[in-house]
Order: sequence, then C-alpha cells, then structure tokens
Amino acid sequence: MAVDMRPATAAPRAAPPGRRSLRARLARMDLKYSPYLYISPFYIIFLAFGLFPLGYTFWVSLNHWEIIGGHNFIGLRNYTRLMTDDQFWNAVVNTLGMFAIATVPQLILALMLANALNRRLRFQTLFRMGVLLPLVTSVAAVAIVFTQLYGRDYGMINWILHFFGVHKIDWQANRWGSWVAVSTMVDWRWTGYNSLIFLAGMQAIPRDLYEAAAIDGASRRQQFWRITVPMLRPTIIFTTIISTIGGLQLFTEPLLFNFGYMQGGSLRQSQTVAMYMFENAFNRFQYGYGSAVAWMLFLMILLFSLVNFLLIRRFAGGEDK
Amino acid sequence: MRVNMHRGRVGALAIVLSAALAAASACSSDDGKSDDPNGSSEKVTLNVDNFGNFGYQELYKQFQAQHPNIKINERNVPKLDDYLPRLQQWIAAGAGAGDVVALEEGIVTKFMAQPDKFVDLKQYGASSLQSNYLRWKWQAGISADGSKLIGLGTDVGSMSLCYRTDLFKKAGLPTQRDEVTKLWPTWDDFINVGKRFTDKVGGDTKFIDSPETYYNTILMQEAGKGANQTYFDRSNKFVMESNPAVKAAFDETVKMSDAGLANGVQFLSDPWSQALKKDAFATAPCPAWMLGLIKQFGGDGQKGKWDVAGVPGGGGNWGGSWLAVPTQSKHPKEAAELAKFLTSPQGQIAAFKSANNLPSSPQALNDAAVKGFSNDYFNNAPVGQIYGTTALNLKPVYLGADNQEVRQAVEADLRAIAQKKLSSSAGWNKAVSDAKKAAGL
Repeated sequence: MAVDMRPATAAPRAAPPGRRSLRARLARMDLKYSPYLYISPFYIIFLAFGLFPLGYTFWVSLNHWEIIGGHNFIGLRNYTRLMTDDQFWNAVVNTLGMFAIATVPQLILALMLANALNRRLRFQTLFRMGVLLPLVTSVAAVAIVFTQLYGRDYGMINWILHFFGVHKIDWQANRWGSWVAVSTMVDWRWTGYNSLIFLAGMQAIPRDLYEAAAIDGASRRQQFWRITVPMLRPTIIFTTIISTIGGLQLFTEPLLFNFGYMQGGSLRQSQTVAMYMFENAFNRFQYGYGSAVAWMLFLMILLFSLVNFLLIRRFAGGEDK
Repeated sequence: MRVNMHRGRVGALAIVLSAALAAASACSSDDGKSDDPNGSSEKVTLNVDNFGNFGYQELYKQFQAQHPNIKINERNVPKLDDYLPRLQQWIAAGAGAGDVVALEEGIVTKFMAQPDKFVDLKQYGASSLQSNYLRWKWQAGISADGSKLIGLGTDVGSMSLCYRTDLFKKAGLPTQRDEVTKLWPTWDDFINVGKRFTDKVGGDTKFIDSPETYYNTILMQEAGKGANQTYFDRSNKFVMESNPAVKAAFDETVKMSDAGLANGVQFLSDPWSQALKKDAFATAPCPAWMLGLIKQFGGDGQKGKWDVAGVPGGGGNWGGSWLAVPTQSKHPKEAAELAKFLTSPQGQIAAFKSANNLPSSPQALNDAAVKGFSNDYFNNAPVGQIYGTTALNLKPVYLGADNQEVRQAVEADLRAIAQKKLSSSAGWNKAVSDAKKAAGL
C-alpha cells in the first residue's frame, strides 16, 4: 500500500524555509517513530520486569549469596554443584514425569473434545463455554478439593477404589501416585482451554475440503487424521509450546497437594524444579544456588519447547509436504 | 496453576512488596515520632508475630485497656516451619517483621547470633527482671556475644504424654493416668503397649500420631542425658553422626514405625488435624504447649476424651520461646513494654490458663493459680501439678543455629520410613546425608 501521507510539497511554499523543513522533519519523524512509541509500553515493561530480572538472576547465580553476610563471585560453581545434586535431578525427573503424564493425554483429549464441539450440536455455545469453566476456578480451590479427593484415609478416590479391592493408596507418599494426582489437577484446569484453541483452529479449516473428502468416500476418522490434524499444525505447535512452558513451571498444584510443604513429600516424591528453586532461595536462603536452579529451568524450557516444536512440525506436517 | 514466566521473580517481588506494605503500614502510625515525651497520646499499632498458640488474646485486651493509644495486631502462623523463613527474611531485609516477634528454642540460636538486628531490652528497664525467669531461660535470651538482652522467656515445654481414654478402654488398657504412666517406664515398654493396642483396636486407629513428634521428644530426653546437645555442638560444629543421643532417638522412632504404630502424617499438617478429629491416633507427646494445640485442632468433639500421663523415659523438654523486639520496629519502647508485660509472671499465668503454655517464671510456676490448675478438656487432668513440678529442674539443651533446617530434613526421612517408602536400614545414612545438605555442608 502506498498512500502518501506526507504534506504536499507544493502547498507550504509561502512559509519560511526553516520552519517548513522543521515541520516536515517532525512529520517524518512522527511517521517513522510513533509506531515504536505506541508499542513501547510492552517492551519497557518487559525490559523492567522480564529482561532485567532475567539478567539479574543470572548475575546472582554466579555468586555465593546467602541471607546474611553479603555475596562473593564464584563463577559457574553453582552450576557445577547442580550437576551433581541428586535433589535437583530428582526434581527434574518429577517435573518431566508430571509434564508427560499431564500434557500428552490433555492435548489428545482436548483435540477430541474440540472435534466433538466442532460438529453441529444443540446448545453449542453452552457446551463451548462450559469447557472453559474449570479454568475460571481458582487454582487454590482446585488443588484443595483434589487434595481432599486424593486423601489417604478419608478421600473419595480411595473409597471408590476399595470397592474394587484396591488397598488404600497413600497418594502423597507414592511417587507415581502423586504424579498422577497432580496431573489430573492440571488436566482438569487446562483441557478445556486447549480444546477451545483447537476449536478456533478447526473453524478456520475450509469446509469444502471435508466435502471433497466425503465425496471421495473418506470416513470421519480419515477426515480427522488426514485433514483436521495436518491443517491444525500451527495450532498444535502453539498449544504444545504453551503447555510445555506451563508444565515445566508447575508449582502451585504440587505445593498445595503436599499441604504447602516445599519439599514435596517425605522423599521429595512430587517436588518440581520450580519448588526446588523456591526451597533453595526462600527456605534455605541460598539465593545464588536458587538462581542457578531458575536459570536451569529457563534453559530446560527453551530446550523442550524447541524439541517439541521440531517434533510436532514433523509429525503433523509429514503429509502435506 | 500454570506459573507464569518469571515465577521465582514474581514471588520475590511479592515478598518484597508485602514487606514494603507492612513497613508502610507500620510507619503510618508513626507521624508523631515516638521519642516525643508526650508520645502516649499518639496512636500506635504493634504487630506481634508468633506461631502455634501463645494464648495472648486476653492479655492483649488488658494491655490495650492500660494503653488506650496502642492497638495490638497478632499475625499468627500455625506451623513453626512456615514461620521461620518469613521471620528470617524480614529480619535480614530490615523490614516487615512485627514489633514483637516470638523466637522458639529451635530457632533462637540463629537470631542470638545477630545482635544488631534486635533491641537491647536492658535499655527499656528489663535488667531488673532477671529473677522473674528460670536462670537458664534468662541466660538463653542474651545474644551470643553477651552484649545484649534480646529475648524475654515466655514458656517452657516440659514433657508428658497425652492419650485417649476411650480408645485405651477399647483396647483393654488401663485408663487412669497414674496406671497408664506405670505401663511405660521406658520407650521399649511404650512400644509393647502400642503393639497390644494395635492388636486389639487396629484399623485406621494407630497408636502414635506422627513419627517426628516422638522423635523430637526422645531426642531432647537423650540429649539431656548426655552433653545437652543434638545436631550441633556449642561451637556450631555438625556432630549428628557422633552424638549418641541422635542415633538413639532415631532408632527408637524407627522401631515404632517398624512395629506399625505410626500414622505417618506430618505433624500439624491438614492430615494430622484430620486424623486427630477422626480418632486416627491414640497418643501424642505432650509438651505443655501441645495441650493448647490438641484442644484447638481437636475441637469440641474431643473434649474429655484425652488425658495426660507421664512420659516414658522420665521427664524432658521440647519447645518454649522468647519474645524479642527487632531494631526495625518503629516503636521499640512500646514494643518492649508489651514484651515485658506478656512475659511477666502475671502474663505467663494468663497464657498458661488460656493455652497451657507452661511458665518459665519461678513465681508463676509456684503460683497457686498454676499449681492448682486442672484442664477440663483433658478430663480435668491437674496439668499445673503434672508439668509444674518438673519445670523447675529442667536443663536446657543447646540447639545450633541451623537446628530447624536439619530437624526438618531428618523428620522427612522418619516420615518416609513410617510410610514404608524408605527402609529402616537405609534410613539413618540417608538422614545424615540429608541433614548435612540442609545444614549447607
């Protein structure tokens, strides 16, 4: 588009040359720079509350920094210590485990749900809004209710299980048990959100593709896998990356599931990396070490987002290339 | 919740902001400046930070009635484990802490090593009060370098054992407190009684509440028999491995778990108070302050079901606190007055009546109101007599600066053993290594 918004050069002839050029320069500057000015609030806020803390955290992580007695520079020693810290690796395993058993079923379920919601339904809006309801509930409320459901002695889930002859499960004390419990909380809250995003993506797929496929005799299932999934690729990449970021930063659910106990169980059965970071920084007051954990978490998220991005692009894009 | 991108930083920011807010609200009443000699008309709000149940509500009312310009605001946290990090942060940041803060025996050493952070109460006329406190209690309130009087003693723990008379009856055990005491001269006897109990009652009802309460009880007893120290010696050197008291207490607790007596819930967590309400444990070690907690969490439904017997292995002490005034307080004079008032013999008697926190003042201990006090929640047990007689002979146990962190690590492993997630044989080595990590070694 080439609409010239500059003042016409012929008109201001009468004006003194100096003023004219100042005005023109101002106008040019306005045109050139004001867009940056308009978008600057985000970047200024990001700089102050995002980038600066990120850099500062890195600086702190290079120091031995405790609550009393100042700090001294120790280079990468916090990081080398982390590499041999079994509590850290335990937290990494927990985080990845919960991420896997929460995110994979969640996205698959969301996709199915979106596919169902994409059909003609009675009370369409009601159902579509309904899946969002869990997200509106406060995370603390969700965690408290789920923690009671998973109670060892008086929880409903153990009560139901006992009809099937399953002996009481101490969900907090079992590693798998606590992973499953925390994952269900995450899924409860986020499946609906992801399915709405999928739904939005699905509605952008042209109907005639499905019609053509139907004429060619493709079944619903074939249409789903051959048309919907490949066409949804950008949406799937988006939800996967958002879920990766959220899943790896998991904090509140496991913390409340363990009754606010930052260790996350007697043997750290469900302590996530975010909890371990907090434990070091604000329970043990080793700010330097805690910052190193924070940076490892950041790198982990970058790495996993990248891996997921590449994987999904291959998986969902294999057929239309 | 999906934690957003900068969770840790947001958390830190929130803490800083809340500290700033607290500081601002503390300042807001300060416009007249407190060194004004006619300051008594100026409105002052005093924040009191404590944990558990100090039983001070009535005392606050009295103090406010005597000082109409002062308003007291208690900011209580149920668990000491949650209280310590908050307080530490506030003290180090120089803002956010209350005007009067409680320091428990397990964390007091840490703060006595930072005398510059606390007001010298001698400057506010506390020097003459020494005779109001047990000698060791007074001594322990003096900073590590001896320069300042930082803390005034509130209570001592002393030690008994609380038990459920109705459940004991169900198990065919005696229910009278003297007879119950005779059942268990030693902890091994106690475990045998527990086995008998479990055979008879069984099901969801276990014999003991959580392993850590018993562990701490036995640890303090064992420490009292030896060098009066636990994980650290008096130069704050880590001696857990070489201190027989720790090993003995650990092993005895593991025996309880192996015998299937433990409930495995974390002390003062939600499941613990749930278990208390649902009759899921029959005994709990009872330093005097525990009486108040059982009453608070047990509620009316448990009234009259509990009683208080002697503890196996003789007496002992667990717990007890001091009140201190941080230098960051804007009203050190008023705060010191309040601390003196709350820890005075009369204040300690009132706290005893309200929450059964056993006085650390000989005058209060010998007072008829304490000696003759019986607790109707605990089947009218003469708790004044039960605790009071042993308190005068208590010996203090030295708890190092990192005691609280180490204790939490060891307790977690004991819980894992009770949950059968950690083998008894591997327990000790893991506990030592976790303890070292917690101590930053």
